[in-house]
Amino acid sequence: MDDLKSGSNLEKVLKAGHFAFTGECGPPKGANVEHLREKFRHLKGVVDAVNVTDNQTAVVHLSSWAASAIMVQEGVEPNFQMVCRDRNRLAMQSDILGVYTMGVRNMLCLSGDHQKFGNHPQAKNVYDIDSMQLISLVKKMRDEGKFFNDDPIDVPPRLFIGAASNPFAEPYEFRVYRLAKKIAAGADFVQTQCIYNMERFREFIRQANDMGLTEKCYILAGVTPMKSVGMANYMAKQVPGMDVPESLIKRLKGVEKNKVAEEGIRFCLEQIEEFKTMKGVAGVHLMAIEWEHRVPEIAERAGLLPRPVIE
Amino acid sequence: MIVADRKSIHEILDMVKDCSNILVVGCKGCVTVCNVGGLKEVQILAATLKIARKKEGRPLQVDEALLERQCDPEYIAMIQDRVNDYEAVISMACGVGPQFLSEAYPNQRFYPAVNTTFFGGAVAHGIWEERCAGCGTCIIHHFDGLCPIARCSKSLMNGPCGGSDHGKCEIAKTVDCIWDKIVRKKMEQGRLNDLLQVFPAKNWQTARDGGPRRSRREELIQNG
Repeated sequence: MDDLKSGSNLEKVLKAGHFAFTGECGPPKGANVEHLREKFRHLKGVVDAVNVTDNQTAVVHLSSWAASAIMVQEGVEPNFQMVCRDRNRLAMQSDILGVYTMGVRNMLCLSGDHQKFGNHPQAKNVYDIDSMQLISLVKKMRDEGKFFNDDPIDVPPRLFIGAASNPFAEPYEFRVYRLAKKIAAGADFVQTQCIYNMERFREFIRQANDMGLTEKCYILAGVTPMKSVGMANYMAKQVPGMDVPESLIKRLKGVEKNKVAEEGIRFCLEQIEEFKTMKGVAGVHLMAIEWEHRVPEIAERAGLLPRPVIE
Repeated sequence: MIVADRKSIHEILDMVKDCSNILVVGCKGCVTVCNVGGLKEVQILAATLKIARKKEGRPLQVDEALLERQCDPEYIAMIQDRVNDYEAVISMACGVGPQFLSEAYPNQRFYPAVNTTFFGGAVAHGIWEERCAGCGTCIIHHFDGLCPIARCSKSLMNGPCGGSDHGKCEIAKTVDCIWDKIVRKKMEQGRLNDLLQVFPAKNWQTARDGGPRRSRREELIQNG
């Protein structure tokens, strides 16, 4: 454990060979800290780290760094997300140092949804650097102790560097190559887009195994339980890069209306069972989307509790 | 070329609402090519303004002029004898035109009749698309002549992002995902490995981010 890059709980769990389990939490669209703290309490001790989203869907929320700092106060480990949409390289490096001083040890580097989707479509489009370059930037800060411009950093931030991968966006053939690029750029772990098309995911992870990528980086499979048929239809049709097979929608439609959510959870649990034995999958990332209170139940039923505690 | 769209007639009428005589100046450059500010468009705008004001019972005298280009002082000088005979002048050139006019004739008021939008070209009759962002450091040779800076909504240099869907960008089904095109072209040519390198962050100093830009051709300055 002496060669830990960040010393984060997530890193320790993965390095010790445990099947990792991460959650997600969206900060409020306001300064309702109490509500946020309440959401954290559901996740404490249930997951190894919690992703804190950064103005998700390009809608203004409480900042990811502030919510991450509050999470640290609550004794839950954050996975601080940063998107390239809102900041240039000066602001990014400044925020990276900032979160590190607040106790953040994991960071997920993302491009971010285009501002056109959000509630400020008139905003200036930043994208000074892309997610790949952001991964390199964090790695350089951590491993070389240098800013992007090569100036030395007095106490560099030690962060466990995360990236996202969408095996379902087109062109499919390139997706595993893009994963390879992110790993080459310095990603220590990768969380995937919500998986519903298991067949396509099996093929993706097989390619990643063949290319040796899963030995260089921890891959966490993304899951989101479907709460309703409406949600499944919306995800199938409206969310770019999301692949929801017709068979799943049919399955959800096949049960009584008040049992659809339970069926969604069952599908999710079946997926987790498969991921546990799937070569190249190091854990699961559960994006519960305002269902934080159901995460303990899902974790329990998935046999993921208690979470390992590593000193 | 520079592509522009004409402003709405209401907006232009509002600019000159206090005037009784104006001059509309077109440009034979880019705005003629994209059918926005050439001779025909000058005539149409002049006629439309006159009709609209006549309806209001406040007739507007509109004269017309057409310059070879509004981005060169020697052509700007060609209206010097008459430019101050009007209460205002409307330029139908790109945003450069009314600025050159304003600088040359400080006592006159100039209004833009068009919105200057992008550097592009005609992809079909009547359809122009953006192809260049004028970033000052061309990198399209890495991407088989396709520009991710101008044509990717996020200017990604290591795309495509997770929002690429059926060859279209996440922002709209009418927008091509340029990264989809780049990747497919590389695959067709068996050169996908070209994209495996991580392209480093761009130096935006040569773009507008470095401040207003200037191009100098010393040999022309000395000989001119």
